[in-house]
Amino acid sequence: MTFAPAPGAAPMSRMVAAQAALETRTLLRNGEQLTLTLIIPLLLLAAFSLEPLVSFGGGYTRIDFLTPGVIALAVMSTAFTSQAIATGFERRYGVLKRLGATPLSRTGLIAAKTTTVIAVELGQTVIILLVALGLGWSPNAAGAAIVVVPLLVLLGTAAFSGFALLLAGTLRAEATLAAANLIYVVLLGVGGVVFPLTKFPAGARSFLELLPTGALSTGLRDVLANAAVFPVRDVVTLAVWAVAGIALAARFFRWE
Amino acid sequence: MVKRYGALTAVDGLTLTARRGEVTAILGPNGAGKTTTIEVCEGYRAADAGTVRVLGLDPARDGTALLPRIGVMLQSGGIPPAVPVGEYLRLLSRFHMKPQDPAWLLDITGLTGSARTPYKRLSGGQQQRLSLAAALIGRPELVFLDEPTAGMDPQARHATWDLITQLRADGVSVILTTHFMEEAERLSDHVVIIDAGRTVADGTPATLTGSAGQLRFRAEPGLDTDSLLSALPAGSAAKESPAGHYLIEVPGGTVEPALLAAVTAWCAERAVLPSSLRIESRTLEDVFLELTGRELRQ
Repeated sequence: MTFAPAPGAAPMSRMVAAQAALETRTLLRNGEQLTLTLIIPLLLLAAFSLEPLVSFGGGYTRIDFLTPGVIALAVMSTAFTSQAIATGFERRYGVLKRLGATPLSRTGLIAAKTTTVIAVELGQTVIILLVALGLGWSPNAAGAAIVVVPLLVLLGTAAFSGFALLLAGTLRAEATLAAANLIYVVLLGVGGVVFPLTKFPAGARSFLELLPTGALSTGLRDVLANAAVFPVRDVVTLAVWAVAGIALAARFFRWE
Repeated sequence: MVKRYGALTAVDGLTLTARRGEVTAILGPNGAGKTTTIEVCEGYRAADAGTVRVLGLDPARDGTALLPRIGVMLQSGGIPPAVPVGEYLRLLSRFHMKPQDPAWLLDITGLTGSARTPYKRLSGGQQQRLSLAAALIGRPELVFLDEPTAGMDPQARHATWDLITQLRADGVSVILTTHFMEEAERLSDHVVIIDAGRTVADGTPATLTGSAGQLRFRAEPGLDTDSLLSALPAGSAAKESPAGHYLIEVPGGTVEPALLAAVTAWCAERAVLPSSLRIESRTLEDVFLELTGRELRQ
């Protein structure tokens, strides 16, 4: 064997696939991350659907109300909380800096992170839907849902990812950890995940529906439980959050 | 090249050329600007003034073309703590067209037995070795090694020296920083000593140490060095530093038998028995301390 130079970057697609595969494996091996992304949503789904802890009103069965909310929670936990914490510590440990000296470009790294998030979300969604079906979930959806649900999830993912990177790229890793968890718990409470926004006073309700989690859970519920064809307001709300989050992250993210 | 961080000027008009196919060592006390210089060359930050070209490219602008051609070993960290050693090298190998075989790199850096160990469970020396392997995975033309042997045990240090020698033999250019003068003296074709962000010396180890012969001995403190000097052949220099350590230098010459005889005769007249008497040439460490002083750096 020899060290004789033979440099050359691999194709972008191969670099992105390799980085995404490593990030996904790392996430699945991490117990805390897995608790956040899978165990908590499933526990909430099971607990609130089996016991009448909260009355949801609006003529839904408990599982029909909960399933869209728990999908929204799963998206938030992966795209926002988990991604913010992982990226914050990668920044702290110099992992992002070291990657900066490899042929993998920053665009490539962002693509790999996005691929990771979407792969994990697909896995989460399949498991949550299977458990929901087992608990008696029967969606009341129009045919358009097959397009609109992925659209809502993608817009939500973009919005959550933007703000995840904004936190991770500006705060210390410990502060990112604390902030991401705090925001997660607050939005779990007031994001229409398990507690219906209809129970809040009217003024608070219209504000909460404009938060990313509220818009995502409300939009998904409209499509999956009320057979809505296209929840315009929620789609627009998420798109605005997505543009704002990504623009802020692009402007303020610090790699070191 | 000039690089400032706010009010602090880290690199203050440094000039440095590292030739292709050579091992260039950058030496300097802590805070001299070694890491900043290397990180500008790696494209991490842009210089505030001056011109920087690496393999003919501007690292601040042509990263896409430059990064595949260089290998980088950071001073510390940069590897995800929970990722196993072998998995990390396989990841990096996927970034290159013709990567080295990760298993071979693990073998030559003595990490084969740790392939499944997460980075955070490695010893400091093992972490350094993985970082070195990572710098070599893409078969680079040029590698930057920032304190490659810091924290290594003597075995690992010698193995790393052999590896760097092999890199040079195979046509890889190497730029390294180090605090070990012996390392620079053994490995490098070209040594650059920097201090306070400027180049203070530049040359081969042999030209920097010069041909000055030295005679050192230890004896009771406070001997009269002026009297000693007058007993010596012309062109010599004598000093006591620190107390009880005597140094006689022959700038541009060698220690001749007559000088040794004159020194021992002078001692005998005073009933002084010199101990640890050695004849040697100046080391790179002598030159380094002469140029950068003995005061501790902040």
